[in-house]
Amino acid sequence: MLPVPHRIERVRRETRDTFTLELAPVSGAAIFSPGQFNMLYVFGAGESAISISGHPGRPEKLVHTVRAVGVVTRAMRKLKRGDSIGVRGPFGAPWPVDLSEGRDVVLVTGGIGLAPLRPVIYHVLANRNKYGKLVLLYGARTPADRLYTREFERWRRRPDTYIDSTVDAAGRDWTGNVGVVTRLIPRADFDAANAIVMICGPEIMMRYTVAEMQKRGVSLDRIFVSMERNMKCAVVACGHCQYGPHFLCSDGPVLRFDRIAGLFGKREI
Amino acid sequence: MTVQSLEPILAEHPFCEGLDPQDVRVLSGCASNLVFRPGEMICREGEHADRFYLIREGRIAIEVYTPERGQVMIQTAGAGEMVGWSWLVPPHRWRFDVRALDTTRALALDAECLRGKCEIDPRLGYELLKRTAAVFAERLLATRLQLLDVYGDNS
Repeated sequence: MLPVPHRIERVRRETRDTFTLELAPVSGAAIFSPGQFNMLYVFGAGESAISISGHPGRPEKLVHTVRAVGVVTRAMRKLKRGDSIGVRGPFGAPWPVDLSEGRDVVLVTGGIGLAPLRPVIYHVLANRNKYGKLVLLYGARTPADRLYTREFERWRRRPDTYIDSTVDAAGRDWTGNVGVVTRLIPRADFDAANAIVMICGPEIMMRYTVAEMQKRGVSLDRIFVSMERNMKCAVVACGHCQYGPHFLCSDGPVLRFDRIAGLFGKREI
Repeated sequence: MTVQSLEPILAEHPFCEGLDPQDVRVLSGCASNLVFRPGEMICREGEHADRFYLIREGRIAIEVYTPERGQVMIQTAGAGEMVGWSWLVPPHRWRFDVRALDTTRALALDAECLRGKCEIDPRLGYELLKRTAAVFAERLLATRLQLLDVYGDNS
């Protein structure tokens, strides 16, 4: 599968190390589902798996939020409006937005984990009458590391959402919460017996979030996590993203937690 | 004018969930109802820890002062949470500063009164210790996760 050239329409700086690219296909837009990812190819530098963070109802504008942490993503940060980038995809199993219909949708995320969940928020808000409460609990390192701050405030102001956030560290001028994101769970307003929980963040954060959700009474078959491994081919050919019996490029990145509970946190995997 | 007992308010607080009504009655004898304005200091590090607080409304910040960084916010806590364990552990001095972030309503439990009742009734003492230990454990775990800097450059 060859990368399809896309033109960079806009580059937006989100935080000191994170930026968002808006891409337009040179020919034909690909439909995607919330939670899927693309392989983005920086010509001459290499390819990297990046979750789609835009609106699933507007596939003509492909949006990716990227954290510059490796050779490819640092090269990506240097791209400018009008530059070209290769795209393969979309790949992977999506978030369970269909299964969530008629239920409360609870999203727990930390750091750049908000980016893969943003399409779920767009989808739920665009189909509001199909869902129960929309709950978003977001943790970031510091106030300056929060993503999509203006949009976040718009979501928070809506009467039909429960939005809460926290940071790990802050100065005295910060008036929000300080502490880990799991501390927001006990007081979050949702019906644990009728909720689908979607979690995206560092694995240790997801582990403690699952434990806290169990305390609230959410069963493991209604908890979904997005797993991150080294995606290379994205078409189940290379085995780099193998996670026990699962290939995350195809079976994941989104997995139902009860199906991986025995693998989760194992050091050998 | 009638003085309303704090017993029903205390019984509703999550810290007292499942507590024997008789124990709630005993606790209410050591309780007072307080309101803090935004920015008001609730306690200061090093001062005598003569009470602990059960937050009913609002939010507080647990802070520590360092000469290099000034006042550093460690954690925030809100409605339904308990604040303060120094009343239980000698030398009964606050280990952190606590400041109200919003208008905060809280029940204050007098330490000397409560310790006296626990000495008389060790069963009540053990019950309170278990509940306080659960708060210790939750805060310790949260602090460890914060120290791991899970969203940092090396995560």
